[in-house]
Amino acid sequence: MSEDIQTGLAEILEEVAGVAPADATPEKSFTEDLDVDSLSMVEIATAVEDKFGVAIPDDELANIKTVGDAMSYIQKNKA
Amino acid sequence: MSGLQLTAGAAGARILGFGSYRPRRRVTNDELAQTMDTNDEWIQARVGIAERRWAEPDETLLEMSAAAGGKALAASGLDASEVDLVLLASASLPRPIPGLAPEVAHRLGAQRPGAFDLNAGCAGWCYALSAAADAIRSGSARNALVIGGERLTDYTDLTDRTTAVIFADGAGAAVLGPSDSPGVGPVVWGSDGDQSSAIAIPEGEKAMSMAGQAVYRWATTRLTATLLTAMERAGVGPEDIDVFAPHQANLRIVELMAKRLRLPERTVIARDIVRSGNTSSASVPLALSALLESGEAKSGDIALLLGYGAGLTFAGQVVVLP
Repeated sequence: MSEDIQTGLAEILEEVAGVAPADATPEKSFTEDLDVDSLSMVEIATAVEDKFGVAIPDDELANIKTVGDAMSYIQKNKA
Repeated sequence: MSGLQLTAGAAGARILGFGSYRPRRRVTNDELAQTMDTNDEWIQARVGIAERRWAEPDETLLEMSAAAGGKALAASGLDASEVDLVLLASASLPRPIPGLAPEVAHRLGAQRPGAFDLNAGCAGWCYALSAAADAIRSGSARNALVIGGERLTDYTDLTDRTTAVIFADGAGAAVLGPSDSPGVGPVVWGSDGDQSSAIAIPEGEKAMSMAGQAVYRWATTRLTATLLTAMERAGVGPEDIDVFAPHQANLRIVELMAKRLRLPERTVIARDIVRSGNTSSASVPLALSALLESGEAKSGDIALLLGYGAGLTFAGQVVVLP
């Protein structure tokens, strides 16, 4: 299950922000390590919402700092 | 009695000419970087703006609006006396009373036209375009002047790097007249008033603030449907669109919208924000004027327009360029 989430998230990161799938590992910080800015975070959030059927409001998005944070959030809130 | 008599209107309305006014003073990103913690690379990557125009004291909203309106009249071939409706879309009026449209109309030499200001945030000009086209169709007006004018710098903290790099000044206008062959398609408009605080001058303050992420999310997820419906109602598809001119809020939003609509390669996409910044309700007519002046857009082209912004409000329509 979490492998599916990591793969799906990596696909989104590649599509939205040009992040190489091999770099999308749980410990990576979106802004510090992957050079993803605040607007790309919004695009990632909306793509995750579409792909995994979870809602990520802006105030929750602010707490998602790493790829691992995103994976746990999806795991926890997945329908 | 069985009801009141109505006036006969026109089969449709069409745009007869565009005009614009860009303030003299160019403000580059490097200039802004001298007074605030920002830089050219950051601004270009986030919003796509290379430079913007800021109005000087004598370039008042009245002067800029009248200048743009005068040029639109010249391009249309009509005399000011033939215009019987003047709409000024603006979110940055210098005062609440009196409205500015009557004074702009008088300055241009229009003869006692219907005249009023309209505030629908950055969607204002597209709202006003629709209102004017409907007035011509219903017979309430024969020829209309629709201006979008802004001095957003009056309501921007020019030391705040979150807004000062984005907002700018200018005016754009179009003249509309009756036409047997409709050149302004049905508007698809609406509002999301639950997000009224997303772009606002907070109570007790003098300058605008914007919830950037919230607005970006709204613009990139909720407005594609508006554009698709506007095309459907006008009887055209993405493959027919020669020019795509959405409100110039952020270059990344412009590019994302174009991608999601699957517009053909040949479609000319308005990127006037690069040199004009975000001029709210002036941005769509400024962008169209520039494309027509440069020859990138031609007479008879089919253009898809979208205004969206503070309110939150949105309005999309398809038009035929003059």
